[in-house]
Amino acid sequence: MIEIRNISKTFHTADGSVEALKNVSISIPDGDIFGIIGMSGAGKSTLVRCINLLERPTEGSIEINGVDLCKLSEGELRKVRREITMIFQGFNLLMQRNCLKNVCFPLELAGKSRAEAKKRALELLDIVGLKDKAKAYPAQLSGGQQQRVAIARALATDPKVLLCDEATSALDPTTTNSILELIRSINEKLGITVIIITHQMSVVESVCRHVAILDDGTVAEQGAVAEVFSHPKSPAARRLVFPEGISDSPVVSEAGERLIRVVFNGAAAAGSPLIARMAVEKGIEANIAYASTKSIGGKAYGSMLLGIPGGSETVRAAIDYMTQTPDVLAEEVTPHAE
Amino acid sequence: MLNDLFSPETLSEAWRIIQAEFLTAVWETVYVTLLATAFSIIIGLPLGVLLVAGEKNGVLPLPSWLLQTLNILINLLRSVPFLILMILVFPLTRFVVGTVVGTTASIVPLVIAAFPFVARLAESSLREVSPNTVEMAQSMGASPLQIIVKVMIPESIPSLISNATIAITTILGYSAMSGIIGGGGLGKIAINYGYYRYKYLIMLAAVVLLILLVQIFQSVGTRLAARLDKRLKRKG
Ligand SMILES: Nc1ncnc2c1ncn2[C@@H]1O[C@H](COP(=O)(O)OP(=O)(O)O)[C@@H](O)[C@H]1O
Ligand SMILES: [Mg+2]
Repeated sequence: MIEIRNISKTFHTADGSVEALKNVSISIPDGDIFGIIGMSGAGKSTLVRCINLLERPTEGSIEINGVDLCKLSEGELRKVRREITMIFQGFNLLMQRNCLKNVCFPLELAGKSRAEAKKRALELLDIVGLKDKAKAYPAQLSGGQQQRVAIARALATDPKVLLCDEATSALDPTTTNSILELIRSINEKLGITVIIITHQMSVVESVCRHVAILDDGTVAEQGAVAEVFSHPKSPAARRLVFPEGISDSPVVSEAGERLIRVVFNGAAAAGSPLIARMAVEKGIEANIAYASTKSIGGKAYGSMLLGIPGGSETVRAAIDYMTQTPDVLAEEVTPHAE
Repeated sequence: MLNDLFSPETLSEAWRIIQAEFLTAVWETVYVTLLATAFSIIIGLPLGVLLVAGEKNGVLPLPSWLLQTLNILINLLRSVPFLILMILVFPLTRFVVGTVVGTTASIVPLVIAAFPFVARLAESSLREVSPNTVEMAQSMGASPLQIIVKVMIPESIPSLISNATIAITTILGYSAMSGIIGGGGLGKIAINYGYYRYKYLIMLAAVVLLILLVQIFQSVGTRLAARLDKRLKRKG
């Protein structure tokens, strides 16, 4: 369990002070994949750097499994950091070391013998699918491969928590999906708690179970992904969920249409076939107003906004139909209360 | 005068002197240069590390007065002209070597003149290491010393070698200058024959050899730096 309690962080710079985080509280259950999403400059990186105390919060506390990190000495903190490892947007591999030696790096720091480190590093490179690249240097690898090496390195010290700061933001969509798939399988197989920092909705939708929306240094909203994304309450969340500002237009957009939001959370059924089936079985012709779904490992992730022609009864029937499908959630999008 | 310079007598005399003295002179120059460079690196590299790691946001922050003092000391030493510095350090040279003349004695002023320069070169190399890389090491629980030894220095090896090459060629130039006040090597020959005895041909030969040495050091250094830079490895 990671307990972030009332964290504030103020930077003092030459041109005044910046309040990067204001009274942020988040709890992250063990074994979760937790997303922290927000626009650029919202304070995401500052928050994640507070979790392993690369940045000391001005106020508040970070507790991991009951240990208050702020109370630890530098030496103790360095030991704890082996259990909270991190991957980065820029991969941050050591460019003068080959892949094997990069993965060995944290093991060397921990004082493991050369032979022991090498054996473990080879196992890890195998897990991330790069055993044949052990002798290659980072400059010889693609971005996705470099991130895999970075993941292997982050796993070397058997961490309990993996922090990912915009880990897929420098990668193309296909590579992003394969890295997210790897992160998901690591979470499942090794039970490591994963915290994913991102500015991309799709990343949260495809792998996270819980999400916190960070807006201008504060938590605008947090909860289960399906919950938060199916009826976003805060303006910040609505901006993320409806990037084209759909929520700001009247909900009945097309003449006589009402909108429902469908969230796919690892569903066996993909979006379009499901809608086609609904048309056949229930006679409801839904229009796709917005869709952001992905198939990862044969399962659908993401969300859709459907325009349903007809009255309350049709909308009800459509929602029922969708929610009966495993791992699919549906909600009517109500007009926002402003 | 040109006739004089290339008359058979001067040519044969020059050839005799070259045969008799140049081998030793080249050896002395190389020996002084390499030794002075080695000592300058031994002193300068740790200072360069301190200049980078000791900053407020560095991995091993030093008290600001200490860092300030270090900076001023380095700037001071770098702003004293080499000739004057050589004379200024006579007492130190005498203390360390026992004499102020001769090849070995010239190593002392060379090191004093070069280590601040080497410290600045090392500083600039080490600054090329991305703060993100350092942060990565910190996030994995690396201690300041581990970051310096396992990250900052190894990651900047190619740049450190390029800069060591600059140092070596500069020190070679200084070592020639030390010929004026008792240093040995090619500089001494150039000054003794060219300046005091108007034997320009000898001076010219010494200068050509100095240029050759610079070229050799430079191309070895450049090649080594490129060879060791793993960022330049080909894909595939
Ligand atoms: N070391 C720092 N010094 C001063 N200001 C900083 C520092 N780090 C971050 N900030 C400021 O804090 C705010 C949040 O930054 P950051 O956490 O990097 O946002 P994000 O990762 O969400 O894009 C920004 O306004 C940024 O300029
Ligand atoms: Mg960021």
